[in-house]
Amino acid sequence: MPGSVAIVGVGQTDHRSHRPDVNGREMIYEAVQRALLDCELSINHIDAIIIGNMDHFESINYVDTWSVEGSGAIMKPIMKVSTGGTTGASVAIAAYYHVASGLFDRVLAIGWEKNSESDTTGAIITCSDPVWDRFSYSGAIPSLATEASAYMNQYGVTQEDAARVTVRDRGNAVNNPHAHLRKPVSIHEVLASPMLAYPIKLLDICPRSDGAAAVIFASDGIAQRITPRPAWIKACSVRHTYTWFGDVDYKQGLVSLQRASAEAYLRAGIKSPADELDVAELYLPYSYAGLKWIEDLGFCARGEGAGFVEDGHTDIAGKIPVNPSGGVLSANCIGATALLRVGEAALQVMGKAGPRQIPDVKQALATGFGGCFWSDVLILGSGRP
Amino acid sequence: MIKPEKTPILSQKGQIAMPYTWWVGNAGSRFLAALRDDARIIGNSCEECGKVFVPPRKNCGYCYRELTKWVELGNEGTVIAHTVVHFSFSLHPCRTPFAYALIKLDGADVGFMHVVRDHPERLSNNVRVKAIFRDRALRIGHILDIETFEII
Ligand SMILES: [Zn+2]
Repeated sequence: MPGSVAIVGVGQTDHRSHRPDVNGREMIYEAVQRALLDCELSINHIDAIIIGNMDHFESINYVDTWSVEGSGAIMKPIMKVSTGGTTGASVAIAAYYHVASGLFDRVLAIGWEKNSESDTTGAIITCSDPVWDRFSYSGAIPSLATEASAYMNQYGVTQEDAARVTVRDRGNAVNNPHAHLRKPVSIHEVLASPMLAYPIKLLDICPRSDGAAAVIFASDGIAQRITPRPAWIKACSVRHTYTWFGDVDYKQGLVSLQRASAEAYLRAGIKSPADELDVAELYLPYSYAGLKWIEDLGFCARGEGAGFVEDGHTDIAGKIPVNPSGGVLSANCIGATALLRVGEAALQVMGKAGPRQIPDVKQALATGFGGCFWSDVLILGSGRP
Repeated sequence: MIKPEKTPILSQKGQIAMPYTWWVGNAGSRFLAALRDDARIIGNSCEECGKVFVPPRKNCGYCYRELTKWVELGNEGTVIAHTVVHFSFSLHPCRTPFAYALIKLDGADVGFMHVVRDHPERLSNNVRVKAIFRDRALRIGHILDIETFEII
């Protein structure tokens, strides 16, 4: 039986397009110091560290060893976990596994990225099979655009429907001092932004950010002594599926997210997610995901995502507020991005989300998305499981 | 037409082309600017453990606190360990034979990795060496603004 585990501290940098003032290691230091400060621990209290980022983005291939000065891992166990877009959720889940195993009491999870240091598309295409997918179909934007076109065609969804997701997330980011893009945008501005790959326009897609996140996990008994209101992990679920892009059945929804969330809801005892969850921090790297993937999460029925968003159910005062932080569309330091979802969900449960706090959060959902349409799901709660 | 089972196996060539621009950060930039502008080597030290680091960095990894005290180091030091390289490789900083040396600069507590281009055969551990800088016009704020260490 796994032991109960809670998040007790969260730290993040102020995400920017460029952070010339610090190298990657120094940027990690900043986030970790903020996490330690958040829960009044010192680095000496940390038993083990999990760190992750995107392969090839900074050309640092041994991130676990290279980072120790910044991560605080000198003379501690540290390992790298890298799963593409889901990296941030994977480091969180690996940290959870470490504590739940009973072998470690306080484990630090770190995600970081310096998107400004390389050609990120050149790096990201290395997720594609070099013989079969890389030359004939490649890149994050084209693959998401293909998904969007299938979804639009299936349910009669419009570019304007998708634009509402950008407008919501960018509007929420105004309340998040750490977000990279904090200027609200209008539907008109989204529609008028340059077309990148139909139907994705510049304001439909996430920015490239420099930033780091650090989240501290603690075991039952210790967590309660660190903070009066820890965010307990109620469920983690991982579904990594296709490696051939052509094998993805775009008409079935995001199957990995359907499966992962169904398992997580079962473990957390959730039957009606939109009613029982108080807030959701979703890894939505582009606007259309904010329509389609909330169907896969069971917030509404298939094909009803656009109406659900238009009716305001995902707004701050709605039935299930989505991305009070501003989400991925407002800050995307990739290796940190999914960990930020987990950290933001934890802050909501702990009541420490400041101006972006949703009142009285008892249960929060966080997701990660990456690679070839795979998903990680975490459910956090205020009650010890 | 289905190809026969004994069809010769094919392979395909590719490469990833990834130009990088690494931000050196505030601490590192002060160090490189001192090489470029002043032909001087600077470091910083930890107020907790007292270690003097070169190149300087934002924080002490051992005490996990910010480094704020800056120190000017001499341009001379002692070779702690070295190797003379004889094999050729495109990424070597100079023509073989040359030496890679771990140099304890005067006033520093950690070693400084650099090259000895000339007379590597005369090198031995504990020998004293001195940094030789490139001409001012050729210095760009790079670790190889120090062209070589020379045996004193
Ligand atoms: Zn120190």
